[in-house]
Amino acid sequence: MLRTLNELEKGETGLIKNVTGEGRIRRRLFDMGVTPGATVVLRKKAPLGDPIEVTVRGYELTLRKEEAKMVYVEVNK
Amino acid sequence: MKRFALLGNPNSGKTTLFNALTGSTAHVGNWPGVTVDKKEGKYKKLGEEIAIIDLPGIYSLSPYTPEEVISRNYILDEKPDCVINIVDATNLERNLYLTTQALEINVPIVVALNMSDIVKKAGDSINVSDLSKKLGVPVVEISALRSENIDELMQEAYKASNKQRLGSTIIEDKDLLHLINDVKIAFEGKGVENPLFHAVKLVELDSVETEMHPDLIKMVEDFKATFEDEIFGNDFEAIVADARYKYISKNYSGAYIKSANENKEVLTKSDKIDKVLTHRIWAIPLFIVIMFFIFHFTFSEDLFFMGAMGLEIAPTNGFTEFLVRVLSADLSTPTSELEALGGIPSLGVWLQSWFGAGTGAIIDGVRALFELGGEAVAGSWYASLVCDGLLNGLDAVMSFIPQILLLFLFIAILEDSGYMARVAFILDRAFRRFGLSGKAFIPMLTGFGCSVPAIMATRTLEDSKEKNRTIRLMTCFSCGAKAPIWTMLAAVGALAGFNGGLFVFTIYLGGIAAAIIFALFMKLFSKDQYVSPFIMELPQYHKPQARNVLAHLWEKLKHYVIKAGTIIAASLLVIWFLSNFGWAFWNGLVDIQESMLADIGRVFGYIFWPLGFSQNAEYGWMYSVASVTGLVAKEDVVGTLATLFGMADGLAEAEVGANLVGITAPAVWSYAFFNLFTIPCFAAVATAHGEQKGKEFWLTIAWWFGISYGTSLVIYWVGTLYEVAWWGGMLVTLAIVACIVAAGIIVTRRNKKYAQANA
Repeated sequence: MLRTLNELEKGETGLIKNVTGEGRIRRRLFDMGVTPGATVVLRKKAPLGDPIEVTVRGYELTLRKEEAKMVYVEVNK
Repeated sequence: MKRFALLGNPNSGKTTLFNALTGSTAHVGNWPGVTVDKKEGKYKKLGEEIAIIDLPGIYSLSPYTPEEVISRNYILDEKPDCVINIVDATNLERNLYLTTQALEINVPIVVALNMSDIVKKAGDSINVSDLSKKLGVPVVEISALRSENIDELMQEAYKASNKQRLGSTIIEDKDLLHLINDVKIAFEGKGVENPLFHAVKLVELDSVETEMHPDLIKMVEDFKATFEDEIFGNDFEAIVADARYKYISKNYSGAYIKSANENKEVLTKSDKIDKVLTHRIWAIPLFIVIMFFIFHFTFSEDLFFMGAMGLEIAPTNGFTEFLVRVLSADLSTPTSELEALGGIPSLGVWLQSWFGAGTGAIIDGVRALFELGGEAVAGSWYASLVCDGLLNGLDAVMSFIPQILLLFLFIAILEDSGYMARVAFILDRAFRRFGLSGKAFIPMLTGFGCSVPAIMATRTLEDSKEKNRTIRLMTCFSCGAKAPIWTMLAAVGALAGFNGGLFVFTIYLGGIAAAIIFALFMKLFSKDQYVSPFIMELPQYHKPQARNVLAHLWEKLKHYVIKAGTIIAASLLVIWFLSNFGWAFWNGLVDIQESMLADIGRVFGYIFWPLGFSQNAEYGWMYSVASVTGLVAKEDVVGTLATLFGMADGLAEAEVGANLVGITAPAVWSYAFFNLFTIPCFAAVATAHGEQKGKEFWLTIAWWFGISYGTSLVIYWVGTLYEVAWWGGMLVTLAIVACIVAAGIIVTRRNKKYAQANA
């Protein structure tokens, strides 16, 4: 089942399937390792609910829900 | 001289290696984006001297923020003799992504596997020879922090620099390679250097590349139409990025050997700390408490408010007097008779009073020396020049060294621990409402130390509008050099009848609150609703390194003392001259009220008259002059006031407070906020000029002056109104608050609309 990254619950793991959108933000996400085939774990949400913190390619990355919406993941149950 | 450039991901330890190689003490910190400009140093342990160039960290050679452009351009345009690619061994996968791009450039490369000691400590290991074989370049395991293996690294780099190296790519897809090759040939025909690198970037349709070679885009587009990848279609950007990461995980995942009994679920120390510091409920209160204690430990006269709570431990208000008695061995008066509230002072205040007593003793000593020469010498112009002109002002400036160092110590600990990046994470949501991202808060926190690096740090902000706004708001964050002003005014304020310790906090808090309100109004009057994205790495926490922190403090101390000895001393001498001579200076010394400076100050006084602090006939102009000399260096405000007041009544700086007649309580507040918000020192102005060009820079200057003048105007007149009729002041205050709330509501509504429109 495909979901966007911002819809993950805390602790859930997903496999990145697609990164939509275009331009610099998408490019940046690629450069930071958010590419199809990478595994992401949602670590936590910030105190005010946004941004979120994920583990990807062995490090901690924070991004806003707005940007996370561009990332489609398949959730492993 | 050969030049070796340090290239690597942000926060991978480039500057630490740079310091270790060159013996420099460049600023390091634990968040991505500490280094925002290239720095050069020399390595001397080889036969010939080597220039080492430290570059801002980058994730990719497709630059995203202004400081990343610096790194890309250096590697491509300045053609270093060797690139030392620092790779964080604890995060091979993402770090090697940059390596695969760098390999496409025709330049000798040596990979430095940094933090290899941490990998070993975790019981893991990296197969270096395998990695080196696959990358086709030498790989050296180092620990920049412990200076392990760095000389071996330099020898490898030196060897590599003597050979030519042609770029090679890891892209394996045949059709894609074919296209890259065609573009490469076209580039070679045009005589472009590094044809392979540029060909790959053009195929990715990298924006820098397409602007440079619009004529070749058609070739790529034509090919694109024929290309069809089963997953990505013809999206080359995604295909290339994917190819790099696939190649890395295929070839190098084997190089990292995990220890057998690795249990992934075990929380690291860093995770545990993070759980507390970014807790859903406690994160924001904890941040406020941390900031409060930093300022409390540095500036409070009454530690933990013990005195106010009635705990009598040692004299507080009479603390300076107590010191004077200790120093003059006059202990005949029992301590209980000193005018004391009780409690103890904070570490900063305690250190400052001892340090101040020391510098004060030096002045007394010099004065005594002049007095040995008899009446004629003691009363001479040169005695006045040394004692009144130079030493009084310098003493006022220097006595704050302990407090300022303490403040820098706290900031350095915050920076080195990894907390800074978390603050951006915690506060991003709140900041976004005002058109700023959480990332903007890192330069602002740095601004509590010094505005110069803080303004430079705004380069890490990708959006130029956000950068401009952050630079303009920077003066709201009281820098270390302004701290003496608040402490001095607190003494004045105590006489005007309010709590000195609270006064300093109010200035700091008021500055932050003002920054939020100003940002709100900037957003209100801006047509642009765009909010820049927030994508940022969160580093692992680590214990602040004593060596880093001490080196940082040493740099700050050196900077402060040199500044005091040069630019501040020089301006104090000018002040002394102008305040001791009339326009007909050949007629000799005159009374300070008839001096050139008094006339100049009175002219400024007209400009500042509406702000209240320049209204007194005798002292008013001194405040005006002091805030103008603050443009040279903010320490000069205190230095100038100490010099002028000292001369006006022939009193030492310690007694100045008692003689500050002629300024009302509202005028003290007005003066404080004017100096806080107004144009910063020349160094900071020059830095802003470097970051902003043309109109934007002049707008910034106008903003700084305008906002400080406007705010002080309101503070003075509302404050004065309170003194005349409290209910009147209250009404105006309520009206102002209502305006702010209304602005908040409008902006929030607009944000919601904008979000819906873009959903």
